[in-house]
Amino acid sequence: MEQVLTNGVYLGAQYALIALGLTLIFALMNVLNFAHGQMYVLGGFVTYTVYGQFEMPFVVAILASAVTLAIVGALVEKFLFRPVLKNSEREESSMLLAAGLAFFLDAVILLLFGEKQRGVPKIIDGVMNWDFLIIMPYDRILIGVLAITFIVTFILFMQYSKPGRAMRALAQDKVAAQLMGVNVTRYSMLGFALGAMLAGIAGGLLVSIVGVNSGIGGPISIKAFMMVMIGGAGVISGAIAGGFILGMLESIGLTVLVAYGDMTYLLIFVSLMIFLSIRPQGLMGKPWG
Amino acid sequence: MTKASKLIYFFIFLVTILGIVPWLIEISGRWDYYYTLTSVALLSIASSGVWLTFYIGRINIGQGAYALAGGYVVAILVTKYDVSFWLSVPIAGLFCSFVSMLIGASILRLRGVYFAMITLVLTEVAKLTAMSLPITNGAKGISSIALPGELSIFGIIIIPDFSTLANVKLAFYYVAVILMIFVFAGMYRLVNSRIGHLCRSLQQNEELASSIGVNITILRIIAYSISSFLGGIGGAIFVSISQSVYPTTFQVADSINFMLNVFVGGMGYVFGPMIGTLFIYFGWDLLFTTGKYQLLIYSSIIIALILVLPNGLLSLRIFNKSNKREIK
Repeated sequence: MEQVLTNGVYLGAQYALIALGLTLIFALMNVLNFAHGQMYVLGGFVTYTVYGQFEMPFVVAILASAVTLAIVGALVEKFLFRPVLKNSEREESSMLLAAGLAFFLDAVILLLFGEKQRGVPKIIDGVMNWDFLIIMPYDRILIGVLAITFIVTFILFMQYSKPGRAMRALAQDKVAAQLMGVNVTRYSMLGFALGAMLAGIAGGLLVSIVGVNSGIGGPISIKAFMMVMIGGAGVISGAIAGGFILGMLESIGLTVLVAYGDMTYLLIFVSLMIFLSIRPQGLMGKPWG
Repeated sequence: MTKASKLIYFFIFLVTILGIVPWLIEISGRWDYYYTLTSVALLSIASSGVWLTFYIGRINIGQGAYALAGGYVVAILVTKYDVSFWLSVPIAGLFCSFVSMLIGASILRLRGVYFAMITLVLTEVAKLTAMSLPITNGAKGISSIALPGELSIFGIIIIPDFSTLANVKLAFYYVAVILMIFVFAGMYRLVNSRIGHLCRSLQQNEELASSIGVNITILRIIAYSISSFLGGIGGAIFVSISQSVYPTTFQVADSINFMLNVFVGGMGYVFGPMIGTLFIYFGWDLLFTTGKYQLLIYSSIIIALILVLPNGLLSLRIFNKSNKREIK
């Protein structure tokens, strides 16, 4: 049981990191970023190239992933989302654009990195064994701790820094924030870059455990959507809660229902639909986003 | 557009797809285009369902779920219970609309991005259900589904047995295209009827509509069940053509493609899904020659289209010279 719970926390930390980026983008721009999973994959491949191929330190690789994705995010916002959001009559256009972007990133990743499953050497060897109750490889612990560190840093940034406060104001009420002198264009771009960066960091961290291949972008996006729906779209605490809840459910489900395989996900999906029909805005979301 | 010129356009359209297209394929010898065009017709039927949910103001990315469900219903009925294809396709459609009423009663309360996300999850649920249920045969799927048999009323054969035909592809082409004509004619009628006007009021403001006395709950469920019905029959015939169905026949990418078809054609136009599907499916096929750059070029074109034509292909000038907006 302790083992299952530990796995749940570890998974949850990873998931929360992915969901945070998605929810940030949604809160700021009301855009459902379909390409989030692809951004995660891109981050994973950058880390794979820098750490696995060029054999630089892991920290440098994670930084490279973060910077690359932040640049990609900023460019995407500036040249794609901003004009579309400005010109189109209906909000759905941005969703279509995100879907198109997901295909585009998929194609780019496939061309640049191929379709093989890629992994990197372990960061640290050895397995922690605590009385045979909890068995956990050290590198997983390190990645889990790193993920939680990033989450805490992000929350502190959003709570106490000036850009963080500006972005929270934007998420609450765009017009009011603009009237108070918040530069909407700049902070939207910063927010998108930050969201993409979080996806990239998550990808970079996880490549050392589960590896990465070009096909997992879509499934990751779906998982991120689920977490955001559990917690409530556009709410940071909700994304973290959603991430940990999904991680825990997966960890418990895969242990209890080990004989049935795909049953775990089916049950999670169905219970999510029932949950949402009772509470459409998720755990902590505002009604109707 | 006057009534007469509308009829003329309709007649030209009929002659083109029922006469000129098969003739062109005949003389050019590109038999594979039958398959492409049949797929376009079927996918545009499913896409028109998605269009209807857009029309009531909901972003639907779950059509793949109903297409898959329809496909499985036909596959199971035809292979396990020996039901005729012509009977099992409507059954598949009704099954899907029944399921969608049950699901829709709860999820149609969601709006905007929430509805989009839950329908996306629905597609995944359909796939996983197909994987885990015993009757759907898991990941192996159901293959070697028999071709449609003959359809006869009082001993008069209306449609001959497909396995006795020399050209099955042509037969499927006619079935799909004629069905498509009926679906779009029905859709046009629906949109210009009282229900269509009510649907448009939902798209603009649900609270206002309900305060005037529109029963928005029923209306939403009706629109969603029609949408799922179309998804079901589209998927059902698609499965009969390929004679096999797997949990991955319709998945998340297909659901997104249905949405893209509607967007690219233009969300304000009844015939948008048809144009959009034709453009996207043919574009994808033509790009096949570019090899590994296919997806890259395809997605770049789609992104460019969204940037340049945010209201769809039908918003181009050449399509509506005489009146600017037909139904928007």
